[in-house]
Parts: sequence; C-alpha cells; structure tokens
Amino acid sequence: MKANVWYGREQLHVENVPDPKILNPRDAIVRITSTAICGSDLHIYDGYIPGMLPGDILGHEFMGEVMEVGSEVRNLKIGDRVVNPFPISCGACFFCQQSLHSLCENSNPNAWLAEKLWGHSPAGLFGYSHLLGGYAGGQAQYVRIPFADVGPIKVPEDLSDEQVLFLSDIFPTGYMAAEQCGIRQGDTVAVWGCGPVGLFAIKSARLLGAERVIAIDRFPARLRKASQWADAETLNYEQVDVRQALEVMTGGRGPDACIDAVGMEGHAHGVFGGYDLLKQSLLLETDRPTALRQALLACRNGGTVSIPGVYGGFLDKVPFGAVVNKALTVRSGQTHVQRYMRPLLELIQRGSIDPSFVVTHRLRLEDAPRAYRMFRDKQDSCIKVVLKPWADVPTVEPDKVQENGRILH
Amino acid sequence: MATDVTQQGLGSSPQRPAGYTGIEPGERFARHDMQRGFDGLETADTLERGLGWFSIALGTAAVVAPGVVSWVCGTRSPALMRLVGTRELAAGVGILTQADRTPWLWSRVIGDTFDLAALSVALIRRGTRGRAAVAMAAVAGVTALDLLASLRATGSRAVPTVQGVSGRTDIYLERSVAISKSPEECYRFWRSFENLPRFMQTLESVRQLDEGRSHWVAKGPLATRLEWTSEITADRPGEEISWRTVDDSGTAHAGSVRFEAAPAGRGTIVRVSLHYSPLGGALGAGLVKLLGHDPQSRIREDLRRLKQVMETGETPTTRGQPAGQRSLLGRVTRQWGIS
Repeated sequence: MKANVWYGREQLHVENVPDPKILNPRDAIVRITSTAICGSDLHIYDGYIPGMLPGDILGHEFMGEVMEVGSEVRNLKIGDRVVNPFPISCGACFFCQQSLHSLCENSNPNAWLAEKLWGHSPAGLFGYSHLLGGYAGGQAQYVRIPFADVGPIKVPEDLSDEQVLFLSDIFPTGYMAAEQCGIRQGDTVAVWGCGPVGLFAIKSARLLGAERVIAIDRFPARLRKASQWADAETLNYEQVDVRQALEVMTGGRGPDACIDAVGMEGHAHGVFGGYDLLKQSLLLETDRPTALRQALLACRNGGTVSIPGVYGGFLDKVPFGAVVNKALTVRSGQTHVQRYMRPLLELIQRGSIDPSFVVTHRLRLEDAPRAYRMFRDKQDSCIKVVLKPWADVPTVEPDKVQENGRILH
Repeated sequence: MATDVTQQGLGSSPQRPAGYTGIEPGERFARHDMQRGFDGLETADTLERGLGWFSIALGTAAVVAPGVVSWVCGTRSPALMRLVGTRELAAGVGILTQADRTPWLWSRVIGDTFDLAALSVALIRRGTRGRAAVAMAAVAGVTALDLLASLRATGSRAVPTVQGVSGRTDIYLERSVAISKSPEECYRFWRSFENLPRFMQTLESVRQLDEGRSHWVAKGPLATRLEWTSEITADRPGEEISWRTVDDSGTAHAGSVRFEAAPAGRGTIVRVSLHYSPLGGALGAGLVKLLGHDPQSRIREDLRRLKQVMETGETPTTRGQPAGQRSLLGRVTRQWGIS
C-alpha cells in the first residue's frame, strides 16, 4: 500500500510499504477513504516530537471502510463505514472505565519509555512517536486499528466524509477544550490560535453558552473564519497588544477562561520569541510556550486555562506564580475522543455544526509532503488539508488556487 | 501504575515473603561477624581474613615507611612503594568490611602480579638481586594464597551458601500493579501456572513435579537458559502464593505474590516481592541490568503484561505492522525492546 512515511525533519516520502495485517484478536483493518493532516503532525514534521524513528508512518485523523476484523471484534463487520479516534484505548482499565480514554493503561507497548519522561504513560496513539506506542498511522491506504471493538464508530451514509472525519480528533479536541472551561452564562472565553482546533474550540464555546468568544491569531484568513463561522471577536496580535486589548474588552478583569490552542511551537516577536527559538534549538527547552504564558497572565482571577495545544517536555519561564496567586484552574490532556464521538455525531446530524467548514484543501495522499509544507507555512491560507489515499485527484500547484483557497476534485 | 520500592544491597525489607528463611539485606553483615567472629572460624574465612589483615599490615608499613620497605625488597622507588601501600590498605579494608569479598580478593591477585613484575626488574639489577629474590619468593607464596582464596570465594558464590536463598549478594525487590479484577480472579489466573508464560516474557515453561514443587525454564541473558525447581511455601486462595527455590537450584530466590483488594472496588493490587542472589554477585547483577535483563525491569514489564492480559485479553503490540525503511538505529532500538 501507499503510506506517508517520516524520515526526519521535513523529510516525508509517500512510498510503498507492506499492507497491515491483524496482529491481535481485537484488531481491525480499515481501508482509508479520507485522512487529514493535524496541526500536531506539524510538530513531528518540524522535528520537535521526541521518540520518532525514520520509517514511521504518520497520521492519526482518518476514516474508512472495515476490511477485516479480528476474532474478538463483534461490533463491527466488513464493509462498515467508520471514523476512528486517535487514542488507542482498551475500554476495560481504570481510566477507560471513567471515559478517560487517552489515559488508557493498556495500549502503549512502550509504556516504560513514556514513564521515564512523564512519570506515567498515557494511551498509545496512531502515528505519534514511539513514546506513545509507535503505532503505524493512517496517512496510508490501509491501517490496523487495535481495540477496534472500542474505538471506531459507525457513521451514517448520508453524512459526507468531511462532515464526520474530524470526529477523529480536532472536533472533540476543540470541544473538550471548551468543556474544560466550565463555561457559565455570561462568560467570556479567549482562544489563542485559530487553526482547526482553535476554530472548533471557539465554535464549541459558543455551543456551550459562552457570551463572548475572543479569537487571537495573526493570519487574517483564520481570524475571518473565526468571526464568520462562530461569531467570534478577533484580535490580530501583530496589530494589537493582546493583554491590553483583553483588559479593555473585559472591564479590566480578564477573560473567564483562556484556551491555548497553539502548543509547543508558539510564534512570538521580540525578545521572548528569539529567546525561546534559541533555547529550543539548543535543546535547553523542548517547547516554546508563548501562548501559554500569555494565557496564564491574561486569565481572570479564579479563571480556567484550558490547554488543548500539544506540549511535549520541559517549558521555560512559565509564570506559575500566576496559577497560585490568581487561583487559576489549569486543565489539559490528550482528548478522550471516544467519550465525545457519539454526542458530537448527534450534533452534526442535528445540523448544529458542520465540521467540513475547516477544510481548505483536498489533495491526494501523494501530495502529503507538499501539503505539510503548505500547512506549516500557512501558504494559500491553508487551514485544513484532507488527503485522499485512493482518489486520482489532479495535482494543483498552490499558486494556481482560487482566492477562497479551495482545491476541488 | 507500578510502585517501585526496590532496594538493593543494604537496607531492610519492609515485609519478608512468608516462608522465607534467608538473610534480610543488611542483616547479613551483622550476622556474619557474630557467627564467624565468635563461634569458631571456618578455614576459608580464616584465610580470607588473614589475607585482609596481611594487606593492612603491609600497606601500613609501605605507607608509613616506604623507604625501609623498598630497601628490604631491593627496589628503589619509595614513591611507588607508597602507591603499593595504598593499594594494599584498600584491598585489606575491602576484604575485612565488605559483604562480598570476592572482588577484593581478586584485586590482591592483580596487585601481586604487578609486584612480581616490579620485583623482576629489581632482580636483573646487580646489588639488589639477593634482597629482591627473597622478596619475590615471599610475594609468590602470598600470590598462591591469594589465588586460592579468590578461586574459592568465586566458587562458593555461585552456589548459595545459606539454604534457600542467600548467596554472597542478596537483593530484595518489590513491585506492584493495580488490576481491575477481583483478588480471587487474579489469584486463580496466577495459580494456574500454565498461564504464567502468557505474561512472563522470558519464561519458557513451567512443569508441575508434584503437589508443591515445579520445574521452571526461562531464557537468560545472552542466549543462556535458566532452570530451577521451586516449592510453594504458602498458598492462600485469593490472597497469596509464596515460593522458594529448592537447595540445588542455580538461580536461588524466594518470592511471593500477594493479591490485595484495592479500596472502593478498584480491583486488586498485585504485589510481587523477591529475594534473590544474582549469579556473579553485585557485578553480575549490574552486567545483567545493562543487558536489559535485570529482574526489576523484568518484573515491572511482566506485571504490566499480566494486567494487559487480564483486563483486555491480549498484550498490545506493533510487531509485524508496516513501516518504511528502518535505519540501523531503528532496527537496534527494536532489539532493545522498543516497539
């Protein structure tokens, strides 16, 4: 089969690899019809995720058709159309029983490695480093899904791939980020980063009853999406002082909740920006927590800072004093996707949200290396790329694309 | 998930496994002095301690009066003699104070070889030849004794000296894992010994010999094979299984697994504790750890697999999944147990 294989920083090759096979009784093999590039895949692309090995197959947002099931998988049958959650969860351990699926105790074959770095191991993930299991990912034509009786859910035929694909990660991730804010009537929520997760967090905060949502980014196309799609107020941090603007907008008190949908590769100007880049490149810190610093300082006393953005290791100059002295609640976690898939599918079916709005580019799997670069550099107003592993979509150069940024097949 | 209260060498174990009759870590040294110091000495011990005191005496002389000692030996370097004295003192203190004397005895053999080489230089020189020859004969005699003591100590270390467990180095470790099953289920699973190879990765087979005894075969480090016979010393359904190896087993150990109900229906805490004497003593234990076969990580990973098998019916794996071209590094890391 064809798969998008990682060989190092900015080195991706779409090449032929062996087809996956059933390895355990609870496995299933799925023929992938749509697969997406996640913002967190860019951290791998840029070489910031530890524990990657050359030859790893990327991708953790995918859906498709069940081709084969193991002897213990009884809830799926060949031909079912399924969306798959990115964490691999057994459904039986202490954490899975509490719907904390991304903390599954039984799915990471390299748990001891993760324990060395973080104290305890979370669940294994698809295509996301050997620290998290080293599972082959889904930017490929086929994928093997462990614990297939717990993860993938069947989706109705009347919804398109793009309407349900993001149940695999970014919709639940944005939703959980907003849910963790404990939004109450009249609340103002500020969201750093208007990439796909940020946009879903903004929309979800609205769905959960936030009075105002303030979107922070520097790319006009992304801010425009936030305002058009989720009626957010927007701040372009290249044009205004975000802290000051938030103070003015909230009567000096600060937002009730802040969401950091940026993560480890935060972009910053000035002294701090250079400082973090230098330290990160010297391996003196693993992450550039620009957005997190700002969110902690901006949040109102007693407020909540929710972190869906990915951080991997050791952060520097994080104002933890603000957490203590302002009595902040900090919430984070890899998303417990399994917990959210069915309720969110219902929201889609009811028409409360159409997740396909984030898609800006549809490309072939072969275009993955180019698509990563485009997504990373925000060329052509790229927000979300969907790859088609089987479709023969004609290759379109980014500069030939229409103003609205869509490549249609 | 896993509690790690492993202790090695000195220190006392919080709970000793039932039926365990060996010496607690840390206890051994005190008892060693008591028994051997006052209750009549074994010949091996006399020789070893004698060599220890000889080292101290010679070392003190060589450090305090290096000129005199080097004149007696026919060598010309008091500075070198002082170094030799320091070495002797270290060896003497090591032999007399350390629980495991073997490396210190061997250090004497190595030192002797060096001394003989140095003396043979003096032997060639005219004028010091007579004194050097006498010194050399004396050193050769001591070398023979050192070699005898070292070989004997090494030999006795391979075979446990105390019934059941304690060899020269006694290691105690304990690990636990929380499993979402009842203590009874966990006990039943473990007590059916044919289940054990499902989660004990190096275990090849367990054969029941009679009611209490069974024969175990496991893969050891560097493609070796370990075999032992063990007997059950305690068996309380739903609570505990304890065992120890019978006398002539090469891999002497005593262990227990306890099944404790976790509070509020949170399943079971399965707690394994183990006393063992590694082949090759502390050095051997260190080497085995480098090879990734140390009992501590072994037990940690085996308990993790026990949990996986009991809770999910399988152990997670990526062996056999597709990948692109693996680099040499990638292939090596898989050998080291990274999936």
